[in-house]
Amino acid sequence: MNLNYWNWDTFFDALPVILQGLGITIGLTIASYLFALIFGFLWTFLRRIPNRFIYFIITWIMEFIRSTPPLVQLFFIYYALPVIPYIGISLHPFACAVLGLGIHFSTYIGEIYRSGIENVDKGQWEASTALNISTWDKWRKIILPQAIPPTIPMLGNYFIIMFKEVPLASTIGVAGIMLLARSYGAENWSYLEPLTIVGIIFLVLSYPSAVLIKKVENRFNKKFNKNQIIKDKGAMQ
Amino acid sequence: MKEVFTISAILEIAPQLWRGVQITVSILIAAALFAYIMSFIAGLCRLSNNFILRKLTGFYVEVFRGTSLIVQLFWLYYAIPMLFGINLGSNWWIGVIAIGLNYGAYLSEVVRSSILSVVQGQYEAATALNMSSFQRMRLIIFPQAVRMMLPEFGNYTIQILKGTSLVSLIGLTDILYYGDVMRSTSLSLSPLIYLTALVFYFILALPLIFLTRKAEKIAKKGVAS
Repeated sequence: MNLNYWNWDTFFDALPVILQGLGITIGLTIASYLFALIFGFLWTFLRRIPNRFIYFIITWIMEFIRSTPPLVQLFFIYYALPVIPYIGISLHPFACAVLGLGIHFSTYIGEIYRSGIENVDKGQWEASTALNISTWDKWRKIILPQAIPPTIPMLGNYFIIMFKEVPLASTIGVAGIMLLARSYGAENWSYLEPLTIVGIIFLVLSYPSAVLIKKVENRFNKKFNKNQIIKDKGAMQ
Repeated sequence: MKEVFTISAILEIAPQLWRGVQITVSILIAAALFAYIMSFIAGLCRLSNNFILRKLTGFYVEVFRGTSLIVQLFWLYYAIPMLFGINLGSNWWIGVIAIGLNYGAYLSEVVRSSILSVVQGQYEAATALNMSSFQRMRLIIFPQAVRMMLPEFGNYTIQILKGTSLVSLIGLTDILYYGDVMRSTSLSLSPLIYLTALVFYFILALPLIFLTRKAEKIAKKGVAS
């Protein structure tokens, strides 16, 4: 093992340069996450339209987006979208990344919402019909308040997953930590220290958040399992 | 501009992208096998009684899960030759090793949690039948755990396919690489180029999607609840 190439001067020289991109990286994570959270609802509700054809089409569109590389999707939005005749719009790289990552992960988020909604007891639906509650109120007051909270740990996991996918946006020119590290490396002919810094930043930020989410998950599991037990006891009486 | 969405354009694009399928598929297969092997090694090591072994594999898993694939790929590509003065062979191997190590870390968690989720009674029954710990693992725990792992292995194999697109960034000539080459010469065709590339990836993913669905059925079969 030859550590002669490791240079602490370069390390401390590169650190402030790369940290300048941290705001963009985190901002992009938050923006694309919010986009995915909202867009995920769209998928979920489109799939609930009682028409087998629409269901089939939407399911396969989701499957297509989910099982193809986000990198290619980003390139499509960045390079191809502006040259499509008539509807072509050219977006800022940041907006492209929000759109690309947001749409890609909205298909996963939509699936989480679906599982949450399907886990709501059938009696709740029947009760809201019996009480003559309007569709809007049924969703807003009965179904979603019960469907979404159990999915929060899973949704939190996707925030960390998306945080780790954000450096993909460096390929279309979003100046997050990854792009700054690579350009620093190209200018100074040393990629080792800047790329190591990027790795450390990701590790330092994502590991504690993963531990935190694990804790939240355990608490949630306890809470909802308790409800489960109460419900089962009720069923026995 | 009207010729952008014609059959003849697709017939021009598809053979170009087809040249990259070989690299994409070879990396997919090699990286997936590497990841499967790593996952079982790391997953079992994390359950071992040896403190050092457990902590070492824990470190590996957390580092590779905590940083993203693209960072690891560039790190292996740029930093390893600098740091250790060794060459990993070729870019193909760098791609395989980076993707394999990354998804091996994720899959090791699947292996670990599946083994842990085999009910305690099975361990106790195996002990009561005077089985050695190796016999217990091989005959009782493992066969039950593997069935639970299958759907997640399918899902992660699709993730590995998606991950292979990154190797174009280190100069490997995969599907996306040829797509980028074509785009740089004929920009007006780029919507169709990337769409065709996405369809190529989707066609490669289709068998994996169906295998995953089948795995879900196998995992559920004969299990109470």
